[in-house]
Amino acid sequence: MTVAGFPRNPDPSAEWTGAKRPYDLIKEATVALVAVTLLTVLLAALFSSPDDKPVTVSSWAAAAPKDFLTTALSELDGTSGIASYGPPYTKVPGAGQNIIGHLSIERLLGVQIPINPAEAFVLGPLSIPAQTSLPLRAALRDYRRAGAARQQVWTTAFGKALARAQFQNGRLVRPFGPGSYGPVPILIENLFAMARSGALDGALISTSRFYQTNFTKALLFLSDGGYLKERAAQQHLLGSQWGMMNETGNYPGQAWLWLYTFWYQVPPFATSTNADAQIWAIMAILSVALVCVPFIPGVRSLPRHLRIYRLIWRDYYRMAERAPPAVAPVVPQQE
Amino acid sequence: MSAPEKASTWTGRVRRAAVDAFPPERLLPETQPVYVASWVYVFGVLSLAAFAVIIASGCVLALAGPAWWHGSSIGHFVNSLHLWSTELFFFFMVVHLWAKFFMAAWRGRRALTWMTGAVVFLISIGAAFTGYLSQQNLDSQWIAGQAKDGLNASGIGSFFNVLNYGQMLMWHIVLLPLAVAVLVGLHILLVRRVGVCPPLPAREETP
Repeated sequence: MTVAGFPRNPDPSAEWTGAKRPYDLIKEATVALVAVTLLTVLLAALFSSPDDKPVTVSSWAAAAPKDFLTTALSELDGTSGIASYGPPYTKVPGAGQNIIGHLSIERLLGVQIPINPAEAFVLGPLSIPAQTSLPLRAALRDYRRAGAARQQVWTTAFGKALARAQFQNGRLVRPFGPGSYGPVPILIENLFAMARSGALDGALISTSRFYQTNFTKALLFLSDGGYLKERAAQQHLLGSQWGMMNETGNYPGQAWLWLYTFWYQVPPFATSTNADAQIWAIMAILSVALVCVPFIPGVRSLPRHLRIYRLIWRDYYRMAERAPPAVAPVVPQQE
Repeated sequence: MSAPEKASTWTGRVRRAAVDAFPPERLLPETQPVYVASWVYVFGVLSLAAFAVIIASGCVLALAGPAWWHGSSIGHFVNSLHLWSTELFFFFMVVHLWAKFFMAAWRGRRALTWMTGAVVFLISIGAAFTGYLSQQNLDSQWIAGQAKDGLNASGIGSFFNVLNYGQMLMWHIVLLPLAVAVLVGLHILLVRRVGVCPPLPAREETP
């Protein structure tokens, strides 16, 4: 092959007129497919894939009864994470993360997936067994008829008693004792029984339709508790452990999310109450920038300065630089 | 004798435009410019091959439904194929993307080729993410609970509910793979249309 086929300044806008080499596109694609398939089979056979069983409300109530009951009570009295979350689940004045200043897309869009924690996680599910239990039906009626102030007196008193309660093997061994709890103990004890039996798992996804695919309520309830977080911490899945890009077990996970997860590890985002909104805004800008690299001055010139292309095309340059300058046509370069 | 092109019909116009844009020798070439000689060029076709394995293993998983692989050793192996082909797909695609950046491969009316490739990368992240949400295990639960905060804060969570398994599964197996496949097809056609970007000038001092 002569050096004449290696112009020093090929015009990227023009049809290539220099030297060519044989190429078999179909053969290359076939070989690539076979090679990747074999490599995938090898990796799958060697390393398999993780499949840790999901947490159920039933397993949560059995493994961490106090956490379950405390969470249930917080849903009932409106002090849970979801109760104070704000949009898109609950209407809470001022709630919702700000991107900058007081600009919050969450607040602008408002409540799109309405959740009433007390009804969704406690009172609604209890209405099922209440159909066959007169004491529970009466307790539900009494609680719903009571005013907010009265309800708060009951739940506050019960919360203090719950903090002192003791459990062994998932069972209450130290009772709540007398107090101004109103109907709350009956409600919570029945909910606990529902949870342990698995009935609450079903009730949380139940709607008026037969087929169900929406686990919003069940996942929000689990997320409000501490047990799921405890299980996640054991699997190094917490936000402070590079969270979502990890996977249970020793697997690579979503390594491509490293940049997104990175922001959560560094100040000011690591401690910011608006971290999610700010990081999503940053990633949105960076994503648009990635797509628009060809048009961003400075960034589009980086490859020329980094000169890694000299390594990629080293054979070409070796040949092109042997040619006297007069041989190769000089054409204007476009960036 | 073949009939002359009838440019008056929509079909005829589309055929003529397609043949003009992609004559067979351009669509399925048997030669390449001599500079297409680095191993780094292989990562584009390796990405495509990995994508094909992802789709094939996903189709096998779809045969018996989304819960099959939890109770079947064969299903679990197919799920492992799906996982590892995804890992390979991203590895190949990232190397391909960096290589094209270092080559400034958007030169010479190739900006759209770069842009479609970058969008494919971003949509693929969404496709993989919804896959993790569709696993129906501890990982899915935790990722959904964590991801909701970011998506809600950006406003996307109001319409793209990561806690809604049915919605995530449909995005994972229909909408996002379809978007990736269409854009990959467009990306390949653009490469065939304008060719592989030639090297930067051999000598920096040359204008």
